[in-house]
Amino acid sequence: MSRPELDERRPGESRPHQRQPSERKPPLYTLTRARILEFVREPEALFWVFAFPIIMALVLGFAFRDRPPDPLAVGVVEGPAASAISQALEKSGLVKPRMYPDREAGLHGLRTGKITLLVEEPDGTGPVYLFDTTRPDARLARLEVDAAIQRARGRTDPSPARVVLIQEKGSRYIDFLLPGILGLNLMGTGIWGVGFSIVNARLKKTLKLMVATPMRKSDFLLAQMLSRFIFLVLEVGIILAFGVWAFQVPIRGALWLLGLTTVVGSVTFAGVGLLVVARARTLEAASGLMNLVMVPMWLLSGVFFSSERFPAAAQPFIKALPLTALNDALRAVMLEGSGLAAIAGPLAVLAAWALVSFAVALRIFRWQ
Amino acid sequence: MSSPAISCVGLKKHYGDVKAVDGLDLEVAPGECFGLLGPNGAGKTTTIEILEGLTIPDSGEVTVLGRRWGSHERELRERLGVSLQESRLTEKLTVYETLELFRSFYERGRSPEQLMADLSLEEKRDARVGKLSGGQRQRLAVACALAGDPEILFLDEPTTGLDPQSRLQLWERIAAYKAAGRTVLLTTHYMEEAERLCDRVAIVDHGRIIALGTPEQLVAGLQAPHFVEFTTEPPIDEALLTAVAGIGERRRRDGRWFVGSSSLADTVPSLLSALDKAGARLVTLSTHRSTLEDVFISLTGRELRDE
Repeated sequence: MSRPELDERRPGESRPHQRQPSERKPPLYTLTRARILEFVREPEALFWVFAFPIIMALVLGFAFRDRPPDPLAVGVVEGPAASAISQALEKSGLVKPRMYPDREAGLHGLRTGKITLLVEEPDGTGPVYLFDTTRPDARLARLEVDAAIQRARGRTDPSPARVVLIQEKGSRYIDFLLPGILGLNLMGTGIWGVGFSIVNARLKKTLKLMVATPMRKSDFLLAQMLSRFIFLVLEVGIILAFGVWAFQVPIRGALWLLGLTTVVGSVTFAGVGLLVVARARTLEAASGLMNLVMVPMWLLSGVFFSSERFPAAAQPFIKALPLTALNDALRAVMLEGSGLAAIAGPLAVLAAWALVSFAVALRIFRWQ
Repeated sequence: MSSPAISCVGLKKHYGDVKAVDGLDLEVAPGECFGLLGPNGAGKTTTIEILEGLTIPDSGEVTVLGRRWGSHERELRERLGVSLQESRLTEKLTVYETLELFRSFYERGRSPEQLMADLSLEEKRDARVGKLSGGQRQRLAVACALAGDPEILFLDEPTTGLDPQSRLQLWERIAAYKAAGRTVLLTTHYMEEAERLCDRVAIVDHGRIIALGTPEQLVAGLQAPHFVEFTTEPPIDEALLTAVAGIGERRRRDGRWFVGSSSLADTVPSLLSALDKAGARLVTLSTHRSTLEDVFISLTGRELRDE
């Protein structure tokens, strides 16, 4: 009977049991493919990759549909001058009056957000405005209402102004918002997609089984990052197509540069996802950590409003966040038509996050 | 004997206050099928995972194929196959894709087609892992362990939870692998599995080996090669059994007597007449050849299945 001998053979030399040669695929390829197949065969996961951007786009479409701004709702308290005020406001067309029997009812309307400002004139000595000064729309309503009332009572403007309306594509809020949504989506799917699959594989001991083979750990982690490419086309494609089609959001820079930015961004967030769950043992721990990482970036990284609003002292920190870098690069390419040189900074920040996350995750990763 | 395929000396591993492995030595020869037999919680899994290089022992020396884990991990991984207890393969992949994945990890090995043939999985080539039966899944797990055409196969509870037919099928495959001169180390709490497959068995309890030998040697080590099991109406006292010929060990469990016997031809008639004399009626009577289970009970006073 032949037995395996235990001599000083080097790996790769022929062994007593001739291993049958067979076509061996590169492990990075098989791992990446396995990850992609696993994902596309998961109906829920697919649903969310499609549904999230579509829902986002629909909500945006509703919020920014192409029609003149709604008139501001304003409350008027019943009184001797009430009907004259109401008529004046109605005539201005910029605010929409609504009658309240007394001040208490009007204040209730204000508190519940039905109106932005309340007008009252109890004694004929001039109107009284009740509103919250921290609300920009309330301050705007005060100006419009006051102008309408004063004009109705005979005020004439010494030098009447003319108004020119501008709706330039690229300078609207939707133009600012769409790249932010794109960045947000790349971060979310990157971190969630990688995070949950890793923790699941760890819980089911699939990871442990793999480390019992000669598989290179770096191949496994790299495959997690590379497999993000395939979903990129879906996610980015849907959001961009909708933005361009429904809102004519401009893409002023080169498409390849936009592609490069999204690829770098998605690989980076897959790497951050790996790092976040590198040691998490349970799904609960993992989702807590993922939120801990993502929620600050939702707020700080200029998704819904510019990150410039935060104090100057915080700017270096905010600029170093991967989502800030991604959003800045996406806006530069889409809105300003920047070239590669102009976005090299943010791309470098992203690449640094990707490399550091990968390297640290590889070191501290819990395989079992 | 050539140098051992696997050897370990003074292995210890504890988790908190629990001593999972408590000074365990063992040596497995090349070409041997070696079984670690013991109840759940005996330390079998910790032991096999230390030998597989997945768990680092608190102390003790491990040598596999003449190499140590610390210095030759990658080389060893190329030459070993591992099937873990309770590990789950990705459910969304097909059998073929799974095998192709595991095959790709090894520099050399068996093709997915060969592996499917080895474990009778050809018909399930394109079935998702999630749709397989327990037995098919377990065969696939073993096929994955064989993807690198390993010199040593580690199997942790390979047939736990399987139906008898699947179990039999898997035993045949393991026996065929062993017949090619390869080494197998398996853990089990099924004495039948150990008796069927293993050249040598180590009985493990509380993280130590309490008996070691071929199944035959271990059973022969018992005073009694047979066991008589019976129940009576009314129940009888132990005193009555002292008069019965040729009996050794005796114990009662749930009203049922287990009596070791050196010769059934002497013991059974003698038992019947003793019962007759005492006016007790025999309700059930059966005999079996002593097994590793009896060895375990006689060593520990507990049954293997006790959890």
